[in-house]
Amino acid sequence: MELLNTLALALRALSRNKMRSSLTMLGIIIGVGAVIATVSIGQGANYLVQQGIQNMGTNAVFIAAGSGRPGGARMGSWAVKSLVMDDIQAVLREVPLIREAAPGVMSRGQVVYQNQNWNTSIMGTTPNYFQIRNWPVQSGSTFSQEEVDLAANVCVLGTTVANILFPVENPIGKTVRIGNLPFRVTGVLESKGQSTNGDDQDDRIFAPYTTVQKKIAGITWIQFIVASAVTQDASLAAVQPITELLRERHRIRRGEDDDFFVRTQTEVADLANQTQSVMTLLLGSIASVSLLVGGIGIMNIMLVSVTERTREIGVRMAVGATEGDVQNQFLVEAVTLSMVGGLIGIIVGLAGSALINKVLRWPVLISVKAMIIAALFSVAVGIFFGFYPARKAARLDPIEALRYE
Amino acid sequence: MSASLNADGPMIRLEQVHKTYQLGEMQVHALRGVSLHIEDSEFVAVMGASGSGKSTLMNIIGCLDRPTRGQYFLDGADVSTLTKNELARIRNRKLGFVFQQFNLLSRTSALENVELPTVYSALPPEERVKRAREALARVGLANRADHHPSQLSGGQQQRVAIARALVNHPQILLADEPTGNLDSRTSVEIMEILQELNEEQGLTVIMVTHEQDIAQYAKRAIVFRDGKILHDRKIEERLVAKDVLLTLPAGESSEEAASGEAGQAEKGSAQAAAPA
Repeated sequence: MELLNTLALALRALSRNKMRSSLTMLGIIIGVGAVIATVSIGQGANYLVQQGIQNMGTNAVFIAAGSGRPGGARMGSWAVKSLVMDDIQAVLREVPLIREAAPGVMSRGQVVYQNQNWNTSIMGTTPNYFQIRNWPVQSGSTFSQEEVDLAANVCVLGTTVANILFPVENPIGKTVRIGNLPFRVTGVLESKGQSTNGDDQDDRIFAPYTTVQKKIAGITWIQFIVASAVTQDASLAAVQPITELLRERHRIRRGEDDDFFVRTQTEVADLANQTQSVMTLLLGSIASVSLLVGGIGIMNIMLVSVTERTREIGVRMAVGATEGDVQNQFLVEAVTLSMVGGLIGIIVGLAGSALINKVLRWPVLISVKAMIIAALFSVAVGIFFGFYPARKAARLDPIEALRYE
Repeated sequence: MSASLNADGPMIRLEQVHKTYQLGEMQVHALRGVSLHIEDSEFVAVMGASGSGKSTLMNIIGCLDRPTRGQYFLDGADVSTLTKNELARIRNRKLGFVFQQFNLLSRTSALENVELPTVYSALPPEERVKRAREALARVGLANRADHHPSQLSGGQQQRVAIARALVNHPQILLADEPTGNLDSRTSVEIMEILQELNEEQGLTVIMVTHEQDIAQYAKRAIVFRDGKILHDRKIEERLVAKDVLLTLPAGESSEEAASGEAGQAEKGSAQAAAPA
């Protein structure tokens, strides 16, 4: 019996029991829908993170004082006094892959304007920092190199700080107090939003690094260097020469640990990618469990169906159906259930993703790959869980089956 | 209809057929050396008490079962050595089955029920429908093609079953207690169809029955007892269903026979006659 025939037969058999067929499919629909929706959300989150990284500049290279452990070690690392301004000059001079570099000196302080005040972080740097980070001002201007050389009391506000201190007034040209020192506001930056680890990048004040070093933090070193390589590939290639250069400058002997670490945005991107893939995989596998449960539902119903239709099987065999015909009939029924369920599940998953996107404002990214895999997987579920009942049907003795009450 | 390929030999030849079942610890000898010839175009009634072996014989003749010992030649070919798939093919092409319980698929139209055997014989769909309609017309149910079994009376259901048995133009019709679930007038109507098929189209009919008066419509009666043939004789004073019907009072089922008109009233009465 040809396949098309069997398929028509299966569809007819399933349509005779619409309620049961749809309930059986529900397991697969929920399973596939869940897979599609979770993968879409996972990929959406991934996309968001990647966007954030793009935002930072894919060519960026970070050099920070301290040991290379990311995350927790970083706050402590700023106490390490290993990096100085001369290191920046040396890197720019000796590593041609690096185009620009800016220092970073961090401090915290209470910022006051009239009756408004706010505790925020203050970063000392040079004007080219804003170019490296691709971070323009929305009004006014950044401070100049002369002001850095003079250690002038000028600052640029992040939008969060600007909004808090100047709810109505235009901040440009106004004077705020940081600690006891007056600072003239030269500009307000455009909003950068959250960083990849969730910090508000706009909750910050920028001032010349010389000013922060001498007048606020009272230090002579710098905590990190933000550099930009000529290309994205160059950022990775620059790690080795920078490391060698700084080890030499810091007189670190062979076998001793670095007192700084170099990280590129590409590495961060890869790491984030990896984390997201694991998350997506995890979500996907949890969703697959429901697909499995759906498959067991199909097997259950097919077994009931075989028992119920014992006589039908007997009649079919009496009029000339072979074991193979009967087996195929039930197998195709199971696969049809799971496949139609899978297709509906994909639609449900897409609708669910769209709904999540609309209601929760989460970014979702529809994955065609996930859709194809879900469809194939649901067919596989049908074959796997349909085989045993189909085999059972085919093995029936026609005489016994015809006598079955 | 199809005639036997080798007109010389008998259509069915059983040589010392034994059938033994294992029922737990016990061995049941259902058939103990049955030898039997049935020629083309015969109408045989197989009789006997339950457990006499007549159903086992029917299963073997119907290629649903294989003898434990002995040989069975169908149309000159030794069937006892064939594989399951080959037996399925023979059931599909050469044999037609009619059961006491009708065994129609519920929630399936009469036409689709009749089509069932053709699904397994690789016919193109148009040919299948054409044959199914022909077979339905042959049993006088052309106007009931779209009815489901639950909408048909017992007699109509059995006629659909006969149409299903005929659809692949078999050589042999095997009927297992075909009137067991029918009232007497409907039974005679079914006998009328079987007699017509046997006489007008030369179809070989083998019918199991325990009713003496039903057996009287056949041409030959084989009586079984304890797995052996007790006697095998020609039927004297054979009944002709057409004539018997004239003597019977017209029941509600008589209007079914007049298959030309399909009035609302008729439909209602047909539905009222639910199968037992």
